[in-house]
Order: sequence, then C-alpha cells, then structure tokens
Amino acid sequence: MANKNVKNYWKRNLTYLVILLSIWFLCSYGAGILFKDSLNTLKIGGFKLGFWFAQQGSIYIFCIIIFVYVWLMNKLDKEYDVDEK
Amino acid sequence: MDVKMWTYIIVGITFAFYIGIAIWTRAGSTKEFYVAGGGVSPLANGMATAADWMSAASFISMAGLISFMGYDGSVYLMGWTGGYVLLALLLAPYLRKFGKFTVPDFIGDRYYSNTARTVAVICALIVSFTYVAGQMRGVGVVFSRFLEVSIETGVVIGMIIVLFYAVLGGMKGITYTQVAQYCVLIFAYMVPAIFISLALTGNVIPQIGFGGTVSDGSGMYLLDKLDGLNKELGFDAYTEGSKSTIDVFAITFALMAGTAGLPHVIVRFFTVPKVKDARKSAGYALLFIAILYTTAPAVAAFARTNLINTVSNKEYVNMPEWFKKWETTKLIKFEDKNGDGKIQYVKDPTTNELTVDNDIMVLANPEIANLPNWVIALVAAGGLAAALSTAAGLLLVISTSISHDLLKKQLKPNISEKGELLAARIAAASAVIVAGYFGIDPPGFVAAVVALAFGLAAASFFPAIIMGIFYKRMNMQGAVAGMIVGIILMIYYMLKFKFGVFDGGKEAVEGLKNGLWFGISPEGFGSVAMLANFIVAIVVSSFTSPPPAHVQQIVENIRVPRGAGKAHSH
Repeated sequence: MANKNVKNYWKRNLTYLVILLSIWFLCSYGAGILFKDSLNTLKIGGFKLGFWFAQQGSIYIFCIIIFVYVWLMNKLDKEYDVDEK
Repeated sequence: MDVKMWTYIIVGITFAFYIGIAIWTRAGSTKEFYVAGGGVSPLANGMATAADWMSAASFISMAGLISFMGYDGSVYLMGWTGGYVLLALLLAPYLRKFGKFTVPDFIGDRYYSNTARTVAVICALIVSFTYVAGQMRGVGVVFSRFLEVSIETGVVIGMIIVLFYAVLGGMKGITYTQVAQYCVLIFAYMVPAIFISLALTGNVIPQIGFGGTVSDGSGMYLLDKLDGLNKELGFDAYTEGSKSTIDVFAITFALMAGTAGLPHVIVRFFTVPKVKDARKSAGYALLFIAILYTTAPAVAAFARTNLINTVSNKEYVNMPEWFKKWETTKLIKFEDKNGDGKIQYVKDPTTNELTVDNDIMVLANPEIANLPNWVIALVAAGGLAAALSTAAGLLLVISTSISHDLLKKQLKPNISEKGELLAARIAAASAVIVAGYFGIDPPGFVAAVVALAFGLAAASFFPAIIMGIFYKRMNMQGAVAGMIVGIILMIYYMLKFKFGVFDGGKEAVEGLKNGLWFGISPEGFGSVAMLANFIVAIVVSSFTSPPPAHVQQIVENIRVPRGAGKAHSH
C-alpha cells in the first residue's frame, strides 16, 4: 500500500473526527451547559430545551454520532483498501 | 408471597444462572483468561461492556442523586455517556489494532520502557481498587436490606460468587455472565420505571412521560409542577440547578475523559475479533447504556414528585409502611423539630426535619409506588447484577496487571503459560479478598474516593493513550512525566479539598471551599489535572529525543485497520 494513500486515509479520518467531535461538543457542553439558559426559554412538550439536551437529547445524539462514525469508517476503509479481510 | 421469599427466589435463580455460565465457559489459556480468546461478537461485547460499566452507582445511586440535584445531576448523565463517543472515535479501534492484552501493555510498548509500564500498572491498580471497594459495599447494602442479613454476610456471599466465576472463567466467564447480568439489570430497572410513569403521567414510556403532563387532572407539565414544588420548599428549581457553569463543565469533562480512560472498560474492546467490531461494539455499548441513562432522569423526577407529595406537611403517624421500614435502616431520618407531628421537608437546615439518603430512591421506588412484591425483589436482583458485573471486570484488571504486566512482562519473562494462568487466578482470588475487606470495613476514604476514580483515570491514562495514537512525536520521557504530574496533582487536590488532610481533617473541608482553584470541585479537577498532563508531556517531549523508528512504525501501523490479528501476547 502506498505511503501517500495511508496519509490521505488518516487525513480523512481526522476530518471525520473533527466534525463529529464538534457535534459532540455542541450538543453537550454547548446546548446542555453553556447555552442552556437561553435555550431554556424555548420548550418542547414539558421540557425546557436546555434541560432536555442535558438530560436526554445529548445522550441520543451521542449514540447517533458513534453509529455514523462506524458507517463512515467502514466506507473509508474499503475506499482506501485498508479494511480487514 | 412476601418480598423476602420473592427475593430469595429471584436472586437465587440469577445466581445459579451466573454460576452455570461460569462452569460452561471456564478459561483454558491465558488468552481466554485475559481477552476471552478474542472471539466475542460485537453485540455480546456491547452488552457485556454496558454491564461492566454500569455499576452499583449507576443502578442504585444515580437516579437518587439526580432527584436531589435536579439539573446539576446532568453532569453524570452527559459525563458517563459522552465518554463513549471518545472511546469509539479516539481509542477503541486503535487499541484493538494494537492487539495486546492490557492498557499497561500499550503504554509499555508505545513508550518503549518498563518505567512507563510500571507507572501505568500503578495507576491501574489505584483506579481499580478504589472503584471495586464501592461495588462490594453496594452488594452488602442490597443484601442487608432485602434479605435481612448483616452487611458483612452480604459482602461475603457476593465475594464467593465473584470469586467463583472470575477466577474460574477469567474474561471469558466474565463476558458471558455480564451479558446475562445486563439483561437482568435492565429489566429490573425498566419495569418499575414503566409502572411509575404510567401511574404518574399516564404514559408507558418514561422518557416521554418525563416531559408529559401529570395525570391528576390539572393538565400541568410534570417538570413545571416539580419546579413549583421545589421552590415552595425553598429548594432551587428542579430544571435550573445551583452549581456554577465552570464546575458543571469541568465535572462533565472529567467524567467523560475518565470513562474513556478506565482500564476495565478499555480491555473489553480487546475481546472482539476485528477493528471494525471494536467501533461497532462501542456503539452497541452506548445504546444499551442509554436505555438506562435516559430512563434514570425520568425516574428521578417521578421519585422526587412522589416523595414530596407523600411526605411534605403530612402527619408522621400516617406515613406508609415503607417509610418506617427505611427508617430502621437509618437511610430516612425524621426529627420533629417544631413538635407539630407533621413532616417539614425544606431546604433550610434549621427547620428541615427530614433527611433522605440518595441511595434509597431507586430501591424504595417500587414500594413508594405500591408495586407488587416480585417487582421489589427484581430490583434487588438488578442491583446485585450491576454491582457484581462491575466488580468482576475490575478484579480482572487487577489480576491481569499483576500476572501479566508485572510478572510476565517484567519479573519472570520466561514463566510458562500454565504458570501465568495460575498466577492470574491467585491474583484474582487475592484481589477479591482485599476488595471484600474494604467492602466490610470501608476506611472512611473509600466511599468518597469512588467518584474520584474517574478523575484519576482522566489525569493519568487518557492523555498518555490519546497522544500515543495521535501524536507520533510523543516520547517516553514526556508520557511518563505527564502521567506522574497528572496523577500526583489529582491526588494532592483530592487530599486537600476532599479530605482536608493538610488543614486538620474532614471538618476543615467546608471552610476550604473558597480556596478551590478556579472554583472547580474535586470531582471536576480531573479536567485540570488532565490538561496539566498534556502540557507537561508535550513540553518535556519537545526537549528530549524523538521515539525510535520502530515505535513510530507501531503508531503508523495502529492507524490502519488491515492486518489486525486477534489479541496476542507477543
């Protein structure tokens, strides 16, 4: 496998990480902590929005992030021919 | 049938089941003992990881804590789940590709020195022992309440069971019992939650009932009602909380990084066959954990509403039976300060007459909600499953650290396969006994330290592993200096602000609160110590020589999935 190929593979992986970890940060530290007071002025059902992110929403989003990463990486592994046989 | 009979039956069946699995899956080689032979399916590993991870604290204490803390309790919810994102994206796949048995194995090889390996072993032992003592204590508490034996007897029974399947089956036995324990604990958690949600809000799904209206005809949202009740009694509004933003931020971060750095969780990802499976099983693990973790805050809010409605300003003589029962365990205390025969439950400590221990909210919930006896017994079995599964995972880390990382890798490199396996079993057995001793006779510091195990893991392992994968230039000197600075700083802060060691003991702790660095409590200080670890490591490594070529090759190699064999020792 060419060296350059591996470098590109790693770069793509890092790009995915930066994007997904930004979402991870925004939904928990952002919506659940830093901006919760302003989000709390909005409501969905009986939940204040900031409170909902802190106690429910962020957890659902965490699950989605991991499965999206699994899907992206499986595709990427194949594309760069570094997947496991 | 009464609760006690039901408890004997349900706990008896689950225990027989765990022992049966242990006999069926006993380990024949070190590879089976350390990593279950490396052939666990991602789904099974996800379940096992969930049980491994969710301890007595998650099952018994967490909803109670949130119930009293309201919004502030979110730190546990986000902190203990968000760590899995870090695990899945930053650690698990690469450590799986690396393909050894333990976390100190990785640290020792990546930083090419036995010094680094030894520092890692010591950190692993500190983290695991503090954590396991709390689990054995949890087992004792559940037994003493539901089977009316002494806490000591309860701990001994728990020790025998764990001894049996951890020593006999190693990782292989533990994995499959954890799968069974997950099923028991999640069922035991959900059944009462669903019943209570239905009764209080008319909605079967607790996560939705949580945001729904109370079914007393008022049409009020549950959370609005709870905010009102809390404020009426002088507490902070349930959805607002009282911790400073920086503290909430720091605690959440310390718990996340700590979760990702806990050795007993990381080793679970060595048991799957492929890198791909390591990623996927982290996803399954979080999914299984999320079922409990999104239910817990709902249970917390229901329990709080029920509690206030039942006790506030009510005659003491009219209290239901569960109230009296828990009073005898001293987990509920009532003192009629103004002598009116009614219970005043308020924030102001001078007029408050009721103290309720966090731990009873989940355990007493089925009784508070008048659920049938078998549900109460089920909760006892669930609490035991949660405590035992975590204890077993931790004991395995302790025994592996000793037989593999110290004995095989350092003291006696040519020990035979059989000899190593025997050593692992002896180490596991000794660890159970030490843990049991801590459980029966906890030195004052144990209970408080459990919550800090995360800070310790965040301050020591997390940076060393992350930089080992993502920063090729990181060398032995940097990593070792970072780990030592991180863990010592964390221990110092803990001793100073949690135990008042330098200022005359526990009584001094309250007075020291104004001196907290950046206003961060000891539980959140792991974030700061972790940052210190990163900075020290990077500075030191930039003044010392880069790692040798073969180590840089290792880093290159773990970054691509292809060529991952099953975990091996050489």
